[in-house]
Amino acid sequence: MSHKPHAIVMLRRNFMHIARNPTSVFNAVLMPIIIMLMFVYMFGDAFDVGVDYIDYATPGLMLLAVCYGLGSTATAVNSDMTKGIINRFKVMDISRGAVLTSHVVASVLTNVIAIAALIGVAFLLGFSPAASLLDWLGVVGLVVVLGFATGWLTVALGLFAKSPETAGLASVPLVMLPFFSSAIVPAETMGPGLREFAEYQPFTPIIETMRGLLAGAPDTGDAVTAVAWCAGIALVGYLWASSTFTKRA
Amino acid sequence: MATSAIAVSGLRKAFKDKVVLDGIDLDVRAGTIFSLLGPNGAGKTTTVNVLTTLMKADGGAAHVAGHDVATDAKAVRAAIGVTGQFAAVDELLTGQENLQLMVDLSPVSAKDGKRVVADLLERFDLVESAQKPASTYSGGMRRKLDLAMTLVGDPQIIFLDEPTTGLDPRSRRTMWSIIRDLVADGVTVFLTTQYLEEADQLADQVAVLDQGRLVAQGTPDELKRLIPGTHIRLRFANLSLLDAAALLFPGSARDDDALALRVPGDGGSTSLRAVLDRLDEYSLSAEELSVRTPDLDDVFLALTGRTTEATK
Repeated sequence: MSHKPHAIVMLRRNFMHIARNPTSVFNAVLMPIIIMLMFVYMFGDAFDVGVDYIDYATPGLMLLAVCYGLGSTATAVNSDMTKGIINRFKVMDISRGAVLTSHVVASVLTNVIAIAALIGVAFLLGFSPAASLLDWLGVVGLVVVLGFATGWLTVALGLFAKSPETAGLASVPLVMLPFFSSAIVPAETMGPGLREFAEYQPFTPIIETMRGLLAGAPDTGDAVTAVAWCAGIALVGYLWASSTFTKRA
Repeated sequence: MATSAIAVSGLRKAFKDKVVLDGIDLDVRAGTIFSLLGPNGAGKTTTVNVLTTLMKADGGAAHVAGHDVATDAKAVRAAIGVTGQFAAVDELLTGQENLQLMVDLSPVSAKDGKRVVADLLERFDLVESAQKPASTYSGGMRRKLDLAMTLVGDPQIIFLDEPTTGLDPRSRRTMWSIIRDLVADGVTVFLTTQYLEEADQLADQVAVLDQGRLVAQGTPDELKRLIPGTHIRLRFANLSLLDAAALLFPGSARDDDALALRVPGDGGSTSLRAVLDRLDEYSLSAEELSVRTPDLDDVFLALTGRTTEATK
């Protein structure tokens, strides 16, 4: 048997999509950079965060970059679903794992590209992290874990949504969530209600872990909470995606 | 039984409390074209989804290629090809890459795959556009590519869900001739359609589906015998004119609400002139004259007493 595994074939298809549809990658890569320039140059001086604003904001913007990439994943999965391509794969007996995992992997890959570009620009703007090599590995690991978790959730959203438009819309809360966390400004500076929300929502411990790693002083408590949130999000996304894939025709 | 490609009995399916299939029985002989005819919402796509293992039925039994769709989905999938209602082609890939993707996912070997792709492009007249992305294809080309993708792996039974809906008349005829060729190769085709003409052109057997029930089954000729043939329709200004005209044309059928009279005739100039001459002879004039060939609406009116509009 000279057959390529279905998962490899599906993954290659997703990579071809990314290569053929550069607008979605541009959107995922450029938007976070534009937001970074905007905050650092326009608002940065207005926020008093105790350190250089670029050092404060970069971890949060990394998370924002992950979320920004999800819109195109949701749309891509949904168009596979609504255009009958997933049905075609199902009738061909292609496993659920091969079809869905390839979307998640492509999504994580987009995230990694976007974040690499963002960090590159951050360095140009004077970003000076104190992270050791091990801390950097931790940052990369966390980005991948976060991308994987939100990727599964987004695949589920994409399968579930009625149309590509609603799928894109459904990912908007994920894009907005970083703004209501400690990404841009510390949670303590926010008004009552919002402050509590920002402190306890999943993205805050993830950002704080990122911030700790980049400052060379990771906080274990934050890291555990961050990984636990990611595991939870991934599990919910995976279960939701799997059952929707099986049920919806 | 050995020659049944698809055998269905008492198939039922409901979504929440809406009954979509209400006890369907079908028997499709191998090597024939079977057409499921019905308006939007009759349950055609649901039937296809159940028979192609995409959906589980609530009750009844269905065997496709001799395998139970409920318990042996894998064996069913290995024997069938499905072309859904929307051309399921990957728009970012070229025509050739779409076919290659199907080869890579099918049991066709890589060596044979190249030949399979080339043959299908040739057969479906897609060689020139093979290197262009499918997003640039016309509706007709997409449908052709979609069907070509379905044929990778030589399925014995092919399901086509409304294969010509939305196509222009020329593309529709091309599609018809492609479907006829499939059966010449020994394949069984299960086709759904909203068009009586399509079922008439292609099918060996037709079943008419209405609100989840089969209201008629037979050959296209048997079906057409149930409905009024081609006729001339005359509409009059008032009831007294209609009364007078009805006396002139024995064998005609009147519709008092529409002030219309249906006169049997083949629509040719001779039969038309005979009708006009007769009206002239008695100095009657009709407000409107039209020649009607039966369509799905007529079938439904004859079989259910309702038009298809009323079922939506």
